[in-house]
Amino acid sequence: MTRIRIEVDGDQVPGLAGQTIAAVLLADGRAAWRRTRTGRPRGVFCGIGACFDCLVTVNGLRDVRACQRRAADGDKVDLQEDDRD
Amino acid sequence: MTEVLVVGGGPAGMAATLAARRHGARVVLLEAGDDVGGQYWRHLPHGRADPGERHWHHGWDRFLALRAALRDDADCEIVTGAHVWSVDRRDGAPPLVHVVVGEPDGQGREPRTYDPAALVLATGAYERTLPFPGWDLPGVFTAGAAQALAKGERVAVGRRVLVAGAGPFLLPVVSGLLRIGTEVAEVVEAARPAQLAAGWATRPWELLAARRKAGELAGYARELAARRIPYRTGAAVVAAHGTDRVEAVTVARLTRQWAPVPGTERRIEVDAVCVSHGFLPRTELATAAGCAVGADGAVTVDARQLTSVPGVLTAGELTGIGGVDLALAEGEIAGSVAAGGTPAPGAVRERAVFRRFAARLAAAHGIRPGWQAWLDDGTVVCRCEDVTAGALRRTAELTGSRGLRSLKLTTRAGLGLCQGRTCGRTVEDLLTGADGVGLLDPGRTAHRPIAIPVRLGELSDSTRTRNREDLP
Repeated sequence: MTRIRIEVDGDQVPGLAGQTIAAVLLADGRAAWRRTRTGRPRGVFCGIGACFDCLVTVNGLRDVRACQRRAADGDKVDLQEDDRD
Repeated sequence: MTEVLVVGGGPAGMAATLAARRHGARVVLLEAGDDVGGQYWRHLPHGRADPGERHWHHGWDRFLALRAALRDDADCEIVTGAHVWSVDRRDGAPPLVHVVVGEPDGQGREPRTYDPAALVLATGAYERTLPFPGWDLPGVFTAGAAQALAKGERVAVGRRVLVAGAGPFLLPVVSGLLRIGTEVAEVVEAARPAQLAAGWATRPWELLAARRKAGELAGYARELAARRIPYRTGAAVVAAHGTDRVEAVTVARLTRQWAPVPGTERRIEVDAVCVSHGFLPRTELATAAGCAVGADGAVTVDARQLTSVPGVLTAGELTGIGGVDLALAEGEIAGSVAAGGTPAPGAVRERAVFRRFAARLAAAHGIRPGWQAWLDDGTVVCRCEDVTAGALRRTAELTGSRGLRSLKLTTRAGLGLCQGRTCGRTVEDLLTGADGVGLLDPGRTAHRPIAIPVRLGELSDSTRTRNREDLP
């Protein structure tokens, strides 16, 4: 199994090649990584790409579903907040 | 050679592709993931293979045989990473199908447009979860998410988990959780014994034909018993507690109509809860193509799996929730018909057997209206826009409106990122309950002309579609 590492808001987080970004984050003990427009925390909910709760910014690109995107070694993941009212 | 386009590489799509090939058509199979198999045969990716993969699945050898047959066939093109984002209706012909090929939610993906002689939609289903106070806390997952993470990633959603909701799908989810070392505190099924018996115990001879399925369920039941995991019926999770993530849940007993019985609440310490109340057909593309949809939200098909749109067929969960065996049979029929052939009598028989099984499933575990009583006014219903049950009830009452479109615009429910995939049916149920008369446009929340988000750069680039120079 090939080990990889991604950067999450400045932290180095280990993962395995083939894992989705959501799996890497969950395996690292993180449950939430997004805030809604009223500030409520969100992480994975549906796990199959239907709910869009798990969005992250990957290498500067916003709105990537963490449960759908496979993590690549060196990916820079930033946590994102929805626009507030 | 007839060109058949199949959207979705799960059991129904795989069966449809092979059947169309056997009847002499050339087939392109579009799959959004990086391998076929769908949610049912969701497995570790290539490069991280598990020699014990077989133990995670029912019918794994059947999957390997189906996939090998697809891969070995030069007249079958499998396009993975294929995200269908819209279809253009045409008179008397199947729609044009617009696709971007590349990473999920990426940019600069390759645009393609298909102009098939026949289109088979096999886009499957996603889960329905009834809301409860705290269901938007991190640590609340759909049961499908727990299963996807266990089967496709070998990651556990928590250390001590409660599994709750309705339907036999809860059982394989428990099985997946146990395999990755999760402690399962309890399994909580909303249907009471009388509802379960009405669905499963009448006309037992019909079940004989579907005994493969019954055997699978019995295996899961034995697993629960062996681990001494309580399986409680007539109860539901009515609240999740915690600040930044789930720390505990409250479970209450339910009436026959699924309303919580006051005074029966129990608090259970867990760090995650997995919830599922059934499935909804994934109808974006079928609806956009103009296919007629029934009151239950499933696409209407005739005996040949043909929809109301010429040249468009559907198979699997899209036509009604029925599981893998029904999906395989319907796929077989749809693929044969799409290629201009006649369906095999065996597949037609199988379809009848498993449709009866699906009807039992719905009777035994179907949602009852009393669940609305476990939502207080502060309960978030639309997770994307943070719209509460109170806001929905109040708006319906104050405006007296029966138009779902205007109620959506007023409350913002269903207008967020997921476009009502998570809350749509629930929003409709709540608004219908408010005036007792019903909505003028039920089903409206399922209309999503753009099936998945595409980036503006890709949209502007999509006219330069690379596989069809002749198309606009």
